[in-house]
Amino acid sequence: MSERSIQFYFRGEIRQIADAPPTRTVLQFLREDAHATGTKEGCAEGDCGACTVVLGESIGGELQLRAVNACIQFLPTLDGKALFTVEDLAGINGLGITGLLHPVQQALVDAHASQCGFCTPGFAMSLFALYENNPECPDKAAVCDALSGNLCRCTGYRPIVDAVPAAYEQARVGLDRPEILAALAPLAALPPLDYRATGQRFLAPRNLAELADARLAAPDARLLAGGTDVGLWVTKQLRELGDLIYVGAVTELKTIRIDTDGLYIGAGASLTDAFDALTGFEPAWTELARRFASTPVRNAGTLGGNVANGSPIGDSMPGLIAMGAQIVLQRGERVRRLALEDFYLAYQKTALEAGEFVLGLQIPPQPAERRFRTWKIAKRIDQDISAVCGAFALSVMDGVVDEARIAFGGMAATPLRARATEKFLVGKLWSQTTVAAAADVLAHEYTPLDDMRASAAYRRQTAAGLLQRLWLEDGAGGAPTRLSELEVLP
Amino acid sequence: MNAPNRNPPPAVGAGLPHESAHLHVTGRATYVDDIPVPAGTLHAALGLSNIAHGRIKRLDLSAVRTAPGVRAVITADDIPGENDCGPVKHDDPILCDGEILFHGQPLFAVAADSHELARKAARLARVEVTPLPALLSAEAAAEAESWVLPPVEVSRGDAVAALETAPHRLRGEVELGGQEHFYLEGQIACAIPLEDETMRVLTSTQHPTEMQHMVARALGWRVHQVTAECRRMGGGFGGKESQSAQIACVAAVLAQRCGRPVKLRLDRDDDMCITGKRHDFHIEYDVGFEDAGRIAGLKLLLASRCGFSADLSGPVNDRAIFHADNAYYLDAVSILSLRGRTHTVSNTAFRGFGGPQGMFAIETVIDDIARHLGLDPLAVRQANFYSDSAGSERNVTHYGMKVEDNIIHPLVAQLAADAHYAERRAAIDAFNASSPLLKKGLALTPVKFGISFTATFYNQAGALVHVYNDGTVLVSHGGTEMGQGLYTKIRQIVAEELGLPIEDVRLSSTDTSRVPNTSATAASSGTDLNGKAAQAACQAIRRRIAGFVAERLGVSDEVVIFAAGMVSAPGFDATFADVVADAYRARVQLWDAGFYKTPKIHYDPVTMQGRPFYYFSYGAALAEVAIDTLTGENRVLRVDILHDVGRSINPAIDIGQIEGGFIQGMGWLTTEELVYQPDGPQAGRLATHAPSTYKIPAVSDLPPVFNVRLFDNANVEDSIHRSKAVGEPPLMLAFSVFFALRDAVAAALGPGARPQLDAPATPEAILRALHGGRL
Repeated sequence: MSERSIQFYFRGEIRQIADAPPTRTVLQFLREDAHATGTKEGCAEGDCGACTVVLGESIGGELQLRAVNACIQFLPTLDGKALFTVEDLAGINGLGITGLLHPVQQALVDAHASQCGFCTPGFAMSLFALYENNPECPDKAAVCDALSGNLCRCTGYRPIVDAVPAAYEQARVGLDRPEILAALAPLAALPPLDYRATGQRFLAPRNLAELADARLAAPDARLLAGGTDVGLWVTKQLRELGDLIYVGAVTELKTIRIDTDGLYIGAGASLTDAFDALTGFEPAWTELARRFASTPVRNAGTLGGNVANGSPIGDSMPGLIAMGAQIVLQRGERVRRLALEDFYLAYQKTALEAGEFVLGLQIPPQPAERRFRTWKIAKRIDQDISAVCGAFALSVMDGVVDEARIAFGGMAATPLRARATEKFLVGKLWSQTTVAAAADVLAHEYTPLDDMRASAAYRRQTAAGLLQRLWLEDGAGGAPTRLSELEVLP
Repeated sequence: MNAPNRNPPPAVGAGLPHESAHLHVTGRATYVDDIPVPAGTLHAALGLSNIAHGRIKRLDLSAVRTAPGVRAVITADDIPGENDCGPVKHDDPILCDGEILFHGQPLFAVAADSHELARKAARLARVEVTPLPALLSAEAAAEAESWVLPPVEVSRGDAVAALETAPHRLRGEVELGGQEHFYLEGQIACAIPLEDETMRVLTSTQHPTEMQHMVARALGWRVHQVTAECRRMGGGFGGKESQSAQIACVAAVLAQRCGRPVKLRLDRDDDMCITGKRHDFHIEYDVGFEDAGRIAGLKLLLASRCGFSADLSGPVNDRAIFHADNAYYLDAVSILSLRGRTHTVSNTAFRGFGGPQGMFAIETVIDDIARHLGLDPLAVRQANFYSDSAGSERNVTHYGMKVEDNIIHPLVAQLAADAHYAERRAAIDAFNASSPLLKKGLALTPVKFGISFTATFYNQAGALVHVYNDGTVLVSHGGTEMGQGLYTKIRQIVAEELGLPIEDVRLSSTDTSRVPNTSATAASSGTDLNGKAAQAACQAIRRRIAGFVAERLGVSDEVVIFAAGMVSAPGFDATFADVVADAYRARVQLWDAGFYKTPKIHYDPVTMQGRPFYYFSYGAALAEVAIDTLTGENRVLRVDILHDVGRSINPAIDIGQIEGGFIQGMGWLTTEELVYQPDGPQAGRLATHAPSTYKIPAVSDLPPVFNVRLFDNANVEDSIHRSKAVGEPPLMLAFSVFFALRDAVAAALGPGARPQLDAPATPEAILRALHGGRL
């Protein structure tokens, strides 16, 4: 690969960057280099959304627009994409020239949706993405989903949510997508990005063969996907990351397909796309998918990254393990598969070999009689790290447990199957008595930690509680089991 | 009189947008970090301690000094003036003076060419310390009798005798957590050295005058050498009242040393580790009461964790005492307030300023009485309300102030009726009877909150109003804008007074060189004080213009009217702009300063008796919640609020304060948990030092049904346009959520149970309460 500069669409033209460190964040670029201070830093860890910007990418000839956190997005990842910030909204359909605000901005003003105003540009950008992506006004749940990564400390959110329908009542405006796609087209014809600055290299192969070669050639280089965790190593730990291999430009890694082998999700697929596929494959993922991080984090982060990172509190792994997912790994030309639970060896230690990378996840077809649930328990609904995340895949034949796969996050140093509980359940009558006894086994199967999210005792107790919930949902008298489904009368 | 014509359109009373709303939504509103800096500006970072208590043996900063881009490194020894930024007592070192007092205490500061280089350099220090034992909780401080200020006791009657003779008696205790402000804009200051030993400090602060004073003190200068300026904050909530001083002082000392501008912007994690928070409390009570739940005698212990220094802990704890009655008459009462000195951050002002903690205590007492007696908690609350009859003995507070504006009876009755309290109580009972797993709860809680700084001298304000000779107006005043809409309300008040369209009035930044000796924008008093001062300035200007017109026309100045941008008198009609242009040429003074001091208030800090408050603000909220008894997870289903803002100057802004305050209070009492490492080598370290681990409410926490209404009620006192303060009181409306959760837990536990539910009511706290207090 030949060395070249970073190139992306910004403020109506292609911007080239040749000297910024590869780990310079988009937010640092905006505020310190471009002197565009509309985008704010609230936390520098992707948790508050004050830095929300929208990225545009040409996908199959269409412009895909997604909100992300600029504070943990490295500048070279913009290569070939379009960057939109709050300052760009005035340029849409010439609004600024006539002194008008974008409909989402005007609606925020009219709804009294800003107080101190510091979070407001981030909200405006999340709503801008929502607006561009939805010709019709989305329902309140979709609005809350779009805003799940934006914190406001002043308003209490009501006027912000109310602003959305009002934005749709105004004359519709929109980005000039053909123009942006035309501007992006020449960037796709450039060679893959091989960017070097400040003694660091940022390599962005475009296909699997290039990635496999690059990985073998530089087994010590840091693999970067969405950067929603790695970004914090830079912004919080101030770590030097050395050379980086970015997997986000490898089209084949974003493959998602359903066939007779089940569901395959490429490691580079965004969490947004991956959860769309997962919830389509198994609707019981819906609630967890909604509560997994936030919209901007799901837009940037990848399922492969979540799995490869191997955090004991990653929310995707318990469910994937319960469904019998295999992780597909590639090294050079060699491809191998492992049961996902076997990928995790110890705290933040995986079976990944030097020069190897995660290719994807294969989720086998699920037996019709298998009931699947995955739940997370955290202090907050939106964007919170789980105290406990549990998943159950249970097959009951003629009233007897035929098969049980149970996995938990937050209960051990890695995502871990509850093998003793599984063993206890199999062959037993699926009954209140069995569940009560199994819950007791489950509560003692793990030795979790006390930390700021929860005590060990709470983790044990609620892990057992989730098994009881599974039983109750199976039809114990039809009493309500889910807070989210309680009806509220105005 | 030359009173402004109210017809049409009055500026006061209109739900106008925030004066900066169009800037907020476009990203054009500038905060300190957005202001273009002069060439050569340096960026600072702080080096923090990693131990809660100890003595520095050796502070080796050689690697810091030689790190790339570093221009200056300072320790306490390099501060030319006093190494202190304490607002009351001088016990708040800007940089550690040898004894480390909390985990995260700034030990030194670095100025470098960039923010990133400064942060990287600040981590290169080698610190050797001799560890000392650390006190980490209010209880530990109380046990060790470690105080930032001596204990205070306030009592009336003979509480002990009343307890012994009452038909019923209960004892209890509860833990009430602190709260991080989590202003979205972190602490920041930019100090710009100017000619002849002067300094301009751009600071995100609620208290520019104090920043001016602290910077002068740190530099060893006199006050007139320093100017402090703030156009707006990205949120304050009390966290930028005193705590912004350390940041401003470090920036100023470095700027003075380097002769270059220095900006200090704290990273979020550093901000959360360094700055003080809402005080957490340990509360114990002993109460005697009658069959109907009326309190006969009460002994209350309010033990707070103040942290390593006094900061504002004195008045915060005083306000907790003053609000330990909430809306209830306490006949024989004895309150002991302990102000614990611990090796943690110095806790500080936070929306409500101790009031919420005092009120939480009495609400817990009332709730327990109701559960003990098997009565509806609302009935017990109502039985204890201050009397609404003027002649009653039951309307004097325990600090000797007569409650003269009590509206809690009709307000609560109206809310209960409008929101169908009784029907919903029955419906919830029915739901709970048929739902073994999920349980619902309901609570209606009142708020009565005293308005005024308890430090009487703070209740003053100044304003400077300029009418330029084209008829436009620029207003300066002593209050700061942190999102609460103060500038918008002042703009409305000025427009109203001068009969101008709102666009003709602009607000300038708050700047100690324009209005001096300002009080903090705090205690909900911003509009009350500065609005009156701005009004006074406008009235003086208007009088002069009216006199000028009247003299020309040969009429009395009483017939000159200012309305809709016009100045009118019988047979005369001219634009305000034309009139002021003429007045200018006739050498009429078109600008003036206004001053205001709150009347009637007085208070003896020794006996803690008097009238510390000009008036009370009232409100009530009804919350319906549900809990999952397997996990403690919970959800707020519906909230109804009725709140008293007097005669609203801007109903849209007031509704915003009520909703925002409520949600912030809800966060304090539910999801926001501050966890300090209890033991081990990292003892005293704040484990929840970022939004990844400290969870303020997010959008899905917005109750699906959220009805907020204003109670129709003009202030009986002569406040600005008969409005009432609104900044803090709505926070306490969130008690409804906490006590509804307690109600749901009680429903799961069965009749007579008094849940041992601590705040915040996290899922774990709820599950613990469901299991009798421990897991």
